[in-house]
Amino acid sequence: MLRIPCPWCGERDEIEFRYRGDARVARPAGDAGPAAFTAYVYERDNPCGWHLEWWLHTGGCRKLLWVLRHTVTHEIRKVGSSLERAVPSADVEP
Amino acid sequence: MTPQAPSRPHSSSRERASSGRYSAWRLLKEGLGGQRGWSSAWRKAAPRPRYRVVIVGGGGHGLATAYYLAAQFGITDVAVLERGPIGLGNVGRNTTIIRSNYFQPQNVRFYDYSLKLWEGLEERLNFNAMVSQRGTLNLFHSEAQRDLFTRRANMMRLLGVDAEAVSRERLREIVPLVELDNGRYPVLGGFLQRRGGTVRHDAVAWGYARAASAAGVDVVEQCEVTGICRDGARVTGVLTTRGAVAADTVCLAVAGHSSRLAAMAGLKLPIESHVLQAFVTESIKPVLDVVLTYGAGHFYVSQSDKGGLVYGGAIDGYNSYGQRGALPMTEEVAAAAMTVMPGLARLKVLRQWGGVMDMSMDGSPIISKTPLPGLILNGGWCYGGFKAIPAGGMATAHLIAHGAAHPLAAHLDLERFALGRTVDERGVGPFPYAH
Repeated sequence: MLRIPCPWCGERDEIEFRYRGDARVARPAGDAGPAAFTAYVYERDNPCGWHLEWWLHTGGCRKLLWVLRHTVTHEIRKVGSSLERAVPSADVEP
Repeated sequence: MTPQAPSRPHSSSRERASSGRYSAWRLLKEGLGGQRGWSSAWRKAAPRPRYRVVIVGGGGHGLATAYYLAAQFGITDVAVLERGPIGLGNVGRNTTIIRSNYFQPQNVRFYDYSLKLWEGLEERLNFNAMVSQRGTLNLFHSEAQRDLFTRRANMMRLLGVDAEAVSRERLREIVPLVELDNGRYPVLGGFLQRRGGTVRHDAVAWGYARAASAAGVDVVEQCEVTGICRDGARVTGVLTTRGAVAADTVCLAVAGHSSRLAAMAGLKLPIESHVLQAFVTESIKPVLDVVLTYGAGHFYVSQSDKGGLVYGGAIDGYNSYGQRGALPMTEEVAAAAMTVMPGLARLKVLRQWGGVMDMSMDGSPIISKTPLPGLILNGGWCYGGFKAIPAGGMATAHLIAHGAAHPLAAHLDLERFALGRTVDERGVGPFPYAH
């Protein structure tokens, strides 16, 4: 059972949230070509370890959050709002 | 890289213990002889420095691929490298269901081929895998769902696969335990595939391991692959905890961990790893003689030969490599069970566990060459890999032996994502957590 510390609502159960996938995926420029868009839509790092991901707080503030979570231990280390930056950069490494 | 060893290595000095042929006569004979005549079912092989084909992963698909390579395509210079002992991975963690009631025609053909291979498997492997074609019964709960299931059943029948509609009256006889008039999602009817059923999952791993070993394959346990060797783009072998192993072809059959192994070769896959839970209740007298699926939520159940009800639901829904599930899904599955079979409410759950799935971006598996010559991928099985073991093994062996896709698995190539011909059985798009 995950307990996600929402910056707006405080720590809440995972059942209040909807998972929205890998947050490191960034949309390429419009002229980046088919290979870049294929990678964007389909290819994922799928790490066994720390994973930066989107969670939508559907049962709370309805804000989109980024969460740094470990995919084996499920430890959550950092949480932030998508309002701060569209796609979190590498500086949220554990 | 290790120097090249002779590629045909079966010297007479090599120990080739045979477990002999299993039969009722043998059982009687060994029984009278104090059970002293049995030997281990497969050779405990140590890895040699070079093979023609190295298969990473001694689960169902890896062992089946090795078996068909040797028995069907005559390639016996094969090693299967398994990190732990045989049978402790996903092949022994699933809910053992076999069926071919799919919607996409290419999926129906592929999974029905698998079902046909299951039907002759025990004779072929000389191993009792307890293949039980007790039927899979899908319940529907709305008019729209009936239309969808009818369309699916018609598609199956057009392809020569059995499917039949079941009325509410007949449901009462087949599954008396189901609460047809439950207050939440009343059951309107069902669809039955009589050839579906269950198979004892560990016996599948043991049977393939034994048959592959007898055909000359090295089944190497306790041998973890730690790296993949490349010469330019070409994959030339693997590094393991028991030394380097060179190979003309390396095949990954490690569903759940395909991304990790592919990353060792510098490859990124259209896959996310997710955890799927399964549950077993205490044993009770026979109450259910089909595989039953609930249509208004994700819940499926069968009764094992020991009497326990084996059931499961959907994936937990977020990337995970932890072989355990979380309580929200445990509760959701139990709630679905109580809706459709409230009579089971007092049963105790004996065990709960999780397995790590390769959730592919379109919900369909991948049996394919990769951008790296010499590297073959068998993965992306989502939560449907068990039923596909015979066909998946055959198709992968075909791809390795002939260098071209098996006709029934040509649609499962890795290129389909870039080419825009994904096989999206559920029609939800590139969101693995939604398949």
